Amino acid sequence: MDPVRIVEVKEAVLADNDTAAGNNRKKLSGQRTVLINLMGSPGAGKTSTLLQLIRRLKDEFRIGVMEADVDSDVDARTVAAAGVRAIQLHTAGLCHMDADMTRRGLEAFGTEGLDLIFLENIGNLVCPAEFEVGADLRMMILSVPEGDDKPLKYPLMFTVSDVMLINKIDTAPIFDFDIEAASERARALNPDIRIFPVSAESGEGFDALAAWLAGFVRERRGER
Amino acid sequence: MHEMGIVLHMAKTLDETAEQNQLTKIGRVTLQVGEVSGIMTDLFTDAWDYFKKKHPMLTECELVLETIPAVTWCDNCKKTYETVKYGKTCPHCGSGETWLLQGNECIIKEIEAE
Repeated sequence: MDPVRIVEVKEAVLADNDTAAGNNRKKLSGQRTVLINLMGSPGAGKTSTLLQLIRRLKDEFRIGVMEADVDSDVDARTVAAAGVRAIQLHTAGLCHMDADMTRRGLEAFGTEGLDLIFLENIGNLVCPAEFEVGADLRMMILSVPEGDDKPLKYPLMFTVSDVMLINKIDTAPIFDFDIEAASERARALNPDIRIFPVSAESGEGFDALAAWLAGFVRERRGER
Repeated sequence: MHEMGIVLHMAKTLDETAEQNQLTKIGRVTLQVGEVSGIMTDLFTDAWDYFKKKHPMLTECELVLETIPAVTWCDNCKKTYETVKYGKTCPHCGSGETWLLQGNECIIKEIEAE
């Protein structure tokens, strides 16, 4: 039998994920495709938000949507009915998408010819924040019924996101939700986070969000 | 729940290390986990025990967890403090201009193998 050896590894466990995320980014960048990682709790309004954005952006950009769920294909069907290409990914029980799953999704989807891809991550405020997928933009949704204390409880999600949507603002009178307090808590963690109050039900706030997003996508594609 | 995902990533790194160093069996792995890395060590150990049985190279592998304490630096008063106890607000001066120095790591330190 070989003698026992000690091997120093000193490697971050998620280093392979970061490498895979970098590869995704490189590949999409070469195709001039922008990837947005959309995250939020179950029921925060990720799919409804996508429907509002698709309606406003689909004339200018060729859009694809990758719906990640533990099971079912309801979200992909809903989004496909809005007139964009959609694919459903199943994570087989895992609570987040990682970079390699995203790569396989992108390959199965066939991303050539798409300007903009949304990845709707698993509904969860914890794990998706830990795993980079190689997106150009990380957008998270906090909805009013969830409470304005969520940045305190799930700090990493608010720290890593570039954009925060405060959704369901039409229900603010019913719930005890302080938009200013939620925004301040998010900014304390991440001073650069961009905040958009919206309602995916009434469409309020989406013209401003879609206009900003269109500018972001144009700029990113122009650089490539 | 993401502990299983982290175990899968860890196994991948171990496979690569084994290949590079021509190892056939790993007897022990030492993992350094930061106090605020978001990893629940109990859940992680359970996920590891479940996974290793299905992975021939790791079947008898012992998992050793080392905790890295979380320390935050205050930009305002230039002092450090315990993150877990005081969070984002500096206990010395009350400032919120604070940054985590260490404590969110998840690093495979070393393995013992044949």
